[in-house]
Amino acid sequence: MKAGSNLEKVFESGEFAVTAEIGPPQSSNPEPLTHHAKMMKGSADAFNLTDNQTAVVRLSSIASAAIIMKEGIEPVIQMTCRDRNRIALQSDLLGASAIGVRNVLCLTGDHQTFGNEKSAKSVFDFDSVSELYTFDRLRTEGVQSGGEKIEDPPKVYLGCAENPFATPYEFRAMRLAKKIAAGADFVQTQAIFDMDMFESWMDEVRGRGLDKKVHILAGVIPMKTAGAARYMKNKVPGMIVPNYIIDRMKKASDPKEEGIKLCVEQIETLRTVKGVHGVHIMAVMWEEMVPRIVEMAGLMPRPAPK
Amino acid sequence: MIVAERKPLDEIAEMIAPFRKVAVIGCRSCVAICLAGGEKEVNMLVSAMKLKNRNEGREQEFDGFVLERQCEKEWVKEVEDRILASDIVLSMSCSLGAQTVGDMYPHKIVVPGLNTKMFGVPEEQGVWSEKCLGCGDCMISTTGGICPIARCAKSMLNGPCGGSSDGHCEVNLDIECAWYAIHERLKLQGRLDLMETVRPPKDWVPSHSGGRRVLVREDAKLTQHQKRGEEVVE
Repeated sequence: MKAGSNLEKVFESGEFAVTAEIGPPQSSNPEPLTHHAKMMKGSADAFNLTDNQTAVVRLSSIASAAIIMKEGIEPVIQMTCRDRNRIALQSDLLGASAIGVRNVLCLTGDHQTFGNEKSAKSVFDFDSVSELYTFDRLRTEGVQSGGEKIEDPPKVYLGCAENPFATPYEFRAMRLAKKIAAGADFVQTQAIFDMDMFESWMDEVRGRGLDKKVHILAGVIPMKTAGAARYMKNKVPGMIVPNYIIDRMKKASDPKEEGIKLCVEQIETLRTVKGVHGVHIMAVMWEEMVPRIVEMAGLMPRPAPK
Repeated sequence: MIVAERKPLDEIAEMIAPFRKVAVIGCRSCVAICLAGGEKEVNMLVSAMKLKNRNEGREQEFDGFVLERQCEKEWVKEVEDRILASDIVLSMSCSLGAQTVGDMYPHKIVVPGLNTKMFGVPEEQGVWSEKCLGCGDCMISTTGGICPIARCAKSMLNGPCGGSSDGHCEVNLDIECAWYAIHERLKLQGRLDLMETVRPPKDWVPSHSGGRRVLVREDAKLTQHQKRGEEVVE
């Protein structure tokens, strides 16, 4: 065991893992987090707290972790390289570990021009790979980026993201290999709508033996409307949504129900893909649907935390 | 080269408004080539200011001229009289030229007529693009001759982010993704193995992060004799 988190234990036991995203609020009010934590408790093995996603200022992911841990659920904190240099990243990692956070997802981060602080100076001292590399050395050797040895290294399970749908496609499995070499224990993918494309990425992942070296969480997003599907297809770089999905959402008499059904079907398909070890549900602004989706996908009850 | 762009006329007018005699100094170097601060642009600005002043009932005198290189003291020294005769200097050079004049004549107010944009290259007539950030430790031998520090919006060291879309950057879909370009170049050269190498955190000390940079080349410095203008006999 690297960190002994519940997520790590579920992966190690060979169970099909479930994680779900919780978006922290754009306020200092902890209540939405507590509310989501209570409502979603038991529906996933760990809950992923976004770090100012799309560069919009929100309650910090580490503080959010502290809040949801009080409700007895396990966090995965996202840590992007957009807003912090190596001093702050390593400091926050030590702090997160000290308050009991055991899962960290290393991301480069959405560029600040997407968010609500467009004038910000970008940092990007690290990218996600150098972040993983640094965090891995810090936890295993107790050596900081600058070379100084530290007492009591952080105990963390390290994750990363990968997007099979971004160009150059032929580099995407190699990029995952790099992240594994840098220290990633698990990976969560961009939301998958195009199964064929995902399968061909997985072919290459398996061909390189990467599914044996890293735990793969396949990403899914339940959609509320056909408009949301179209938006993701046309406006979100690095996302591919096939037309048949948009059509299905458009024709549905109850698009919300259809979105849930689609998501459940996707999870069922992903479960059959060799090398996929779990799903990551990103129900953006729709977190309350997660327990139902997990139930409908036949993934309840979740293994009891040991 | 250094690529610059002229500031809006209103902003220039506001900076120089309280002064009567304005020396407008261009530069025949980079900013002339990028059509921002050469002879033609100096003349155009002076004409535009005169017209604006006439329309707005303001009186100013302009002395417009161009130096070979405004960032070198020797060239600036040659026009010292005209600088000293002015009430304000409007530099139509990059910020380096403006600061050279300002450092040489600290009592003189020097304002910039241009915004210095980047180290870039002309891609086609009227298009310039950034290709270097002056990080002080060039790494393009490992990236197919393409700099990801300057050409990737996130200065990524280990390949494209998840926003690379059809070979374009998520920040601006009109711009190529630097790492897509690097991947294609290395593929062409049969060197894709370089994409696989994990690059550890970059040492930013040679960049501006290490503090203001002053380069000293002892071998290039003038000797005491040379400074005094004496001939050295060896």
